Amino acid sequence: MGTLLGILRGGSSTRNRGSKYRRLSLMRRREELVGWLFVSPWVLGFLALTLGPMVASFYLSFHRASMLSPSVFVGLANYQTLLSRDEIQSLLWKTLYNTSYYVFFSVPLKTALAFGLAVMLNQSFRGRGLFRTIYYLPSIVPPVAGAALWLWVFHRDFGILNSMLRLIGIQGPPWLTSVVWAKPALVIMSLWQAGGGLLILLAGLQGVPTELHDAAKVDGAAAWSRFWHITVPIMTPTLFFVLVTEIISSFQVFVVTWVMTDGGPVNTTLMYVLWLYRLAFQQFKMGYASALAWVYFAILMAFAALIFKSSSAWVYYEGKLMGGKR
Amino acid sequence: MNRIAMRRLLTKISIYVVLILGAGVVLVPFAWMVSTSLKPFKEIFIYPPEVFPRHVQWRNYVEAIYHAHFPVWVYFRNSLIISAPVAVLDVLMCAIVAFAFARLWFRGRDILFLILLSTMMLPGQVTMIPTFILYSRLGWIDTFLPIIVPAFFGWNYGIFLLRQYFASIPDELDDAARIDGCGPVSTMFRIHMPIAKPALGMVAIFSFTGMWSEFLRPLLYLRDIHLWPMTLALNAYKSPRGGNTRWEYLMVMTIFTCLPPLLLFLAAQRYYIQGVVITGVKG
Repeated sequence: MGTLLGILRGGSSTRNRGSKYRRLSLMRRREELVGWLFVSPWVLGFLALTLGPMVASFYLSFHRASMLSPSVFVGLANYQTLLSRDEIQSLLWKTLYNTSYYVFFSVPLKTALAFGLAVMLNQSFRGRGLFRTIYYLPSIVPPVAGAALWLWVFHRDFGILNSMLRLIGIQGPPWLTSVVWAKPALVIMSLWQAGGGLLILLAGLQGVPTELHDAAKVDGAAAWSRFWHITVPIMTPTLFFVLVTEIISSFQVFVVTWVMTDGGPVNTTLMYVLWLYRLAFQQFKMGYASALAWVYFAILMAFAALIFKSSSAWVYYEGKLMGGKR
Repeated sequence: MNRIAMRRLLTKISIYVVLILGAGVVLVPFAWMVSTSLKPFKEIFIYPPEVFPRHVQWRNYVEAIYHAHFPVWVYFRNSLIISAPVAVLDVLMCAIVAFAFARLWFRGRDILFLILLSTMMLPGQVTMIPTFILYSRLGWIDTFLPIIVPAFFGWNYGIFLLRQYFASIPDELDDAARIDGCGPVSTMFRIHMPIAKPALGMVAIFSFTGMWSEFLRPLLYLRDIHLWPMTLALNAYKSPRGGNTRWEYLMVMTIFTCLPPLLLFLAAQRYYIQGVVITGVKG
């Protein structure tokens, strides 16, 4: 069964039924008709709920628009305000900094943690399944529930975290109400949910061919060097996939800040999406908020392009290593 | 015992130790949640805090139900009203669309599939505002429609997952069905759907838990407290400035909110994990 990963690396398993040379017999034509009929729900949905809104949002971003009054064309004004350094009008740099802080600490730490645990869980021993279940549990908890729970874990005086720190003689900070510690607190909380990446990485590890390890063992390679020279290179596509999906989802962090900090204290956890939500649905600056969405989209795409570009330098494709055969 | 066996044993033991410690760290917040939910009000604010309640107070669970505007089952019912139809619709619509992508030939198929893949990476913010305007023009604010209706059009992750599954079913089965006089529609319902049961189950579970956990869309479209799902109600259990939150009730409510997805996961773990691996949706 191919994975999304497989498709991303270009190994699409789309079956080509020699369409070009096939005569369009009656049966073919019927098949094509049914085919179109069957995909039509999705196509309609795509047009009405994705493409249409995208065009509308692009249009809105050049207008001053609210729900109540008709929209007025303002040219690039929304984008200019957004990019200005005026902190009352635009929190772009602030929120971008906050979001990037979160992404740049959370994603690598989370992925490294998940990879480490996956490598350990890939050994054969009793109770493996149980550990896998336990590590994955936090990822099933609905985000709001996780946020409510950690709100209490992080409580300055009566939370479990600070009382454990007290046991080893550390006076814990007031976490979510501290300007310094609020962002690290969110990063720590995100590490609790490393289990999703862990599952994907574990599945990838199970695909690492044992022959390579055996051959290296015969050549006298130590465990550590086998890990670095065999496991890691073969795992880079999976790591790449986990990184990309993790970056995209972390950039969109919203619920956690909504429930736990509401962007505070003094905007230290005000993430981009939370700011966008406030502008669009609390202040009803829908044109301005649309401009925000597009700038965000551009940033995300640029970032994704950068990672894809860099991937040729560090992502090892199976084809090169194994002669294209599994 | 020779040195190699000794080292192997040591490695095994150290892995066990690390994994057990890690599992402990993962479970502590859960334990803290359960313990707090059972503490009498007086014990919540003991300094320093204690891990186990001195007096277990089951009454909290009953009191928490009546702590909000409406009894908790109103919210629970709302969550079910949203999640159950969406799960059913997603399975049906995704199967139909996925079958076409995997098994039927039609012009434009590959480009459409590529578009579908790219929508999986699209940040929702780009479409959120016009979609909101559209639904409010339609007069759908304070109804479940903006949350349920999109499921009629299929769900990109579900379609992808099922397409991969359908594509892995051997061709010979189709050919045999065709010889027996089955058209595409009956081939799908008689041959592929039964084989793809595990994958259909995955989509149902993912879709249900996803909807159950959904926060943003209810927040946007459901202003009337009477219509709130569990997620919004849970958020309302904490007081806005945190000052006089009844933590024991908040924890009870957190447990109620977690329970359906957790139970589903534990019941169908194998499918669930397979689904995570294929789509990269991490729950």
